[in-house]
Amino acid sequence: MVRHCVICNKERAAVKRPKTGQKVCRECFYYVFETEIHNTIIDNKLFKKNDKVAIAASGGKDSTVLAHVMKLLNERYQYGLEMFLLSIDEGITGYRDDSLETVKRNQQQYELPLKIVSYSELYGWSMDQIVKEVGLKNNCTFCGVFRRQALDRGAVMLDVDHIVTGHNADDIAETVLMNILRGDIARLQRCTEICTTGDGCVRRSKPFKYTYEKEIVMYAYFKKLDYFSTECIYSPNAYRGHARTFLKDLEVIRPSAIIDIIHSGEAFEVKKEVKLPTQGVCKRCGYMSSNELCKACVLLEGLNRGLPKKVHGDMPRDTAIIPHFNRIQVSKGNYDDSNKPIEESKSNNKIDQG
Amino acid sequence: MSLIKVKLSFSGGMELLFNNTKQKHIEISSTINPPNATTMKDLILWIRENLLKERPELFMSGDTVRPGILVLINETDWELEGELEYEIKDGDDIVFISTLHGG
Repeated sequence: MVRHCVICNKERAAVKRPKTGQKVCRECFYYVFETEIHNTIIDNKLFKKNDKVAIAASGGKDSTVLAHVMKLLNERYQYGLEMFLLSIDEGITGYRDDSLETVKRNQQQYELPLKIVSYSELYGWSMDQIVKEVGLKNNCTFCGVFRRQALDRGAVMLDVDHIVTGHNADDIAETVLMNILRGDIARLQRCTEICTTGDGCVRRSKPFKYTYEKEIVMYAYFKKLDYFSTECIYSPNAYRGHARTFLKDLEVIRPSAIIDIIHSGEAFEVKKEVKLPTQGVCKRCGYMSSNELCKACVLLEGLNRGLPKKVHGDMPRDTAIIPHFNRIQVSKGNYDDSNKPIEESKSNNKIDQG
Repeated sequence: MSLIKVKLSFSGGMELLFNNTKQKHIEISSTINPPNATTMKDLILWIRENLLKERPELFMSGDTVRPGILVLINETDWELEGELEYEIKDGDDIVFISTLHGG
């Protein structure tokens, strides 16, 4: 029995869309996949014409598809974005060095400039060195905190207005669940936002917020995109792993569960009486922080205190202080009328520049 | 009973469970469970018993593949082909892709 695509009614269906249950052929799948992402970008007014945008690129499936789709949409709809690939080198031998090779191939394939920022240059410690010091227990905490800052710092070096990340609908639903399980109300409120702007930090957004992982992987497979898929050698994040398994089990029974959880997260409202941490600035490095010192400086201090115990090669102690974070100066010009968000224009795809 | 040829592919990290094998041509009985024709359910069990090198819990859950593993039968989402009930035919091309690895 041949099932025809419900969109074109001509070709044989190749994918069952998890979000809608629609059976679609390859070409129609590409079309709806790309168009939904375009609509997400337009509906949320993510970019302005001439924005400089860094694509956070790990070489994995999500960021590889993101780079491909961003380049395609930028050309198809004339967003006028200037795009870069931004990669973080955590310093994990046998894992990140290999995935960075994928990013370097992506750079050639997509003809986008690439900037790599390493933990060693920023913090004076690579993940390999950190794991030697702290073992395999809290290493993911270090890596997560350091990566977030590293992306912002890389974006400042590139002088971009915006970072886009490959977080997909499954990732966001997982994060909603984790924040509920941990009772982290402040993060629960923030984690479903499609675009976040820390005080003085670079805007960060998730064009794949409503895009299912299954579709990203199918798209990469059909388009034969070149991506890297190996688990990090330093044990995966166990807590997230449980949330993920739970979510994947739910998805089998009810595919809309993922988008439903995101909607629940969006609908949460914290009572006004509830005191949430106020966002300030780290006294030591200038990065945004709700405490006197940001998480990265606290972690780094702990690492450096342990230093005398061991000799860390040729790394002088003073390199292990994070360089000061130069916040983005938001000039008024950024927000005047000549720089409207990119919106759909009916007549043609050209964007009025005023 | 006759033998049928099937091409298997493992990607997205799945290959790590199979000694880094990305592709494998196999020949299996057309009726693993006589008199019934061999189905995807039989094939998945056959793969676990004959090819899987490590950590079966990362490949299977219950009598099917672990949630998060995508399966394509002749370049079509297996959800359109009856999943476990699909009857394997000679020359079939079956792909397993893990989505569980980092983005």
